[in-house]
Amino acid sequence: MKIRFTPEQEAFRAGCASWLQQQMEGPFADIRGIMSQTFRADRRLEWERVLGQARWSVIGWPEKYGGRDASLAEQVIFAEEYARSGAPGRVGHLGTELAGPTILHFGNDLQRERFLRPIAKGEEFWCQGYSEPNAGSDLSNVRTRARLEHGPNGPEWVIDGQKIWTSLAQFADWCFVVCRTEEGTKGPAGISYLLVPMKQKGVTVKPIRQITGDAEFNEVFFDGARTKAEYCVGNPGEGWKVAMGTLAFERGVSTLAQQMTFRNELERIVEAAKSNGAASDPLIRQRMAEAWVGLRIMRYSALRMLSRATTGSLGGEALTYKLHWASWRKKLGELAMDVAGAPGELCVGEGYELADLPYLYLFSRADTIYGGTNQIQRNIVAERALGLPKEARGDR
Amino acid sequence: MQFSFTDDQNMIRDTAREFMSERCGSQQLRHDLESAENFDPSLWQTITRELGWAGLSLPEAVGGSGLGMVELAIILEEQGRCLYGGPLLASIGLASAILLECPAAEARDALLARLASGEATAALAITGDRGLAGLDAIGVTLYEDEGGLRLDGVASFVLNGHVADVFVVAAKDQRAGHSGYAVVAVDTTAGGLRVEKKLAMDTTRPYARLTFESVRDVVLLAADVDGRTIERGVQVAQVAVAAEQLGAMQAVLDLTTSYVSQRVQFGRVIGSFQAIKHRLADMMVICEAARSAVYYAACVVDEYRADPVTHAQELAEAAALVKVHCSAGFHDVAGNAIQLHGGIGFTWEYDAQLFFKRARATYNLLGAPMVHREHIARLMGLDDDKEVA
Repeated sequence: MKIRFTPEQEAFRAGCASWLQQQMEGPFADIRGIMSQTFRADRRLEWERVLGQARWSVIGWPEKYGGRDASLAEQVIFAEEYARSGAPGRVGHLGTELAGPTILHFGNDLQRERFLRPIAKGEEFWCQGYSEPNAGSDLSNVRTRARLEHGPNGPEWVIDGQKIWTSLAQFADWCFVVCRTEEGTKGPAGISYLLVPMKQKGVTVKPIRQITGDAEFNEVFFDGARTKAEYCVGNPGEGWKVAMGTLAFERGVSTLAQQMTFRNELERIVEAAKSNGAASDPLIRQRMAEAWVGLRIMRYSALRMLSRATTGSLGGEALTYKLHWASWRKKLGELAMDVAGAPGELCVGEGYELADLPYLYLFSRADTIYGGTNQIQRNIVAERALGLPKEARGDR
Repeated sequence: MQFSFTDDQNMIRDTAREFMSERCGSQQLRHDLESAENFDPSLWQTITRELGWAGLSLPEAVGGSGLGMVELAIILEEQGRCLYGGPLLASIGLASAILLECPAAEARDALLARLASGEATAALAITGDRGLAGLDAIGVTLYEDEGGLRLDGVASFVLNGHVADVFVVAAKDQRAGHSGYAVVAVDTTAGGLRVEKKLAMDTTRPYARLTFESVRDVVLLAADVDGRTIERGVQVAQVAVAAEQLGAMQAVLDLTTSYVSQRVQFGRVIGSFQAIKHRLADMMVICEAARSAVYYAACVVDEYRADPVTHAQELAEAAALVKVHCSAGFHDVAGNAIQLHGGIGFTWEYDAQLFFKRARATYNLLGAPMVHREHIARLMGLDDDKEVA
């Protein structure tokens, strides 16, 4: 059991840190530390292209697809330094963290050749077509359907249906769509995983304004949208396995970057508490310490998860991770607001502009919902890790 | 960075689990806690002489195996699963942690050698009648007069003190020309020393209260010890306590999972109700977090021992956080275990109560979570002067 990085790895850390710092103090100083997911999107897409050209976007990928074949430890280090530098959250993360790894792992050579490099270079952005109005927690209830047609462009999937809560669809060039391709099937059977271009006549994106005032997520309508027959990942009808595989990538190295973001947030709360006197309140101090403890432990659990990644098995720390961080961050949001006090309730500008701490407070309410609600996560932990009976379904 | 057990560590864990579950199951525990010692002395002999667990983490120079805190944590975790009441935690986890912070000296090393072999067990006397954490709680003072060294005062909450052969005492050093603290060893048979066994709410492990009245038979292990040295020893000891808490909380979670998987009401096993499943899931989140924290902190102890100057701050942080999380977490998990068992969880015959009481006893041991959160608040810099943003 070893928790330290080697001197070579620490040298690698210094290298990334200095490059990132140059970028964030120089050409991209204007987007440093942005909390909102959509604010200054044009500049952030530009930043991600720079990141891609410098081959810092997906360092764990093979070199031939734009990565650096970086070791797990190096990926961890880069993710930590990225967040430490104050570089903004990645608009392209659905491509780099979900679509890309899925295609790399479950796709074929043709798909890898076509899709991976543009993701790595920040040239093509992705969104995730999972949830539907009637398929949220119960994802296998998807009704979006696709049929294979032989037209003038060769065989193509023709897609009809609606997705919802589709984050960053307004910036996306492609969407990975979970849909039903076999008539009359129910549940996980008969589902396919299709890669669908967004910029076409059959696709309509309608933003949904959310609690923070931002519109990061959207409704996406498919009305006879088309994609090539060969852009189906895995065999047609066997997409459920791929869809679940994608979710497993969420437990990867990006968790470390996420934690550095949390760390930055906790630091902002500490600074705010010190400047307005809340830091001397014994109850606030207890809660600050508790938040710090939770954050540290998250890091240790993530290191456990990553250390086990090579074995392919999922440990208890991985199954409980989402529940842990989501509950933690919701509490952090509440702490932020209690530290801010009544002034935190005031907008700081026109157009529902909120200061960072109140924004965090509102945004953190999503954490226990998206990517599997806390209630679903508890079912998963109880059933998969503790072996308790599965929930009965009402429909089959 | 490889934050997972090595093959050797896995082997130690497997051996310990097998041994403890075979030899220290619930029935043995019930038998033990009716006995004067609260554990089976012959089993302790097997543990020290055949398995070598007392010496496992102690330096080779004193006859130990020279392994580290991670290995000791593995054994303590497995003992915690069984609520074992034997002296490993007190003698090695606590007393030796303080000894190892003191500079190497003949008397210290001789004592460590006796502890490593299991020839003797030690108990740590470091707090007074209120059982508080911190140097201010030390209630024993070392004097020197014409008759030589003299120890006076009271130490309480001395874990396993009712059976120890020797007490490792942290004392205020009031001798002329000395300052700070002294670490001394006192034989349980020393004249002027009164040892009272204190039965506790946690029946698996009693305490002793020690009264020193002009005790002369004192072996000075370290003099002019500064407060930080004592604190660092205690920090290492906190990690040991947390490792035991981890094992116990995992065991009571397992016990509860198994109960709700069998208990049938309304024609279903109650473990199929979400009200039950969700609470168990939350308990598991706490246990897994505890596991991450304990082994990380154990690694920090090993690094601290290899390079104390570089890692002292990190030790302080890790020791505080692991004690906060495992103390509060174990109490939560054990409390939920009683609730999920229903009436049977409230009975004397069933083991849930034993876990709950152990949780409470270790909650206060070496500082309750509230105390350590306040330490953390200071470590986080909440009191540092910073210009107002």
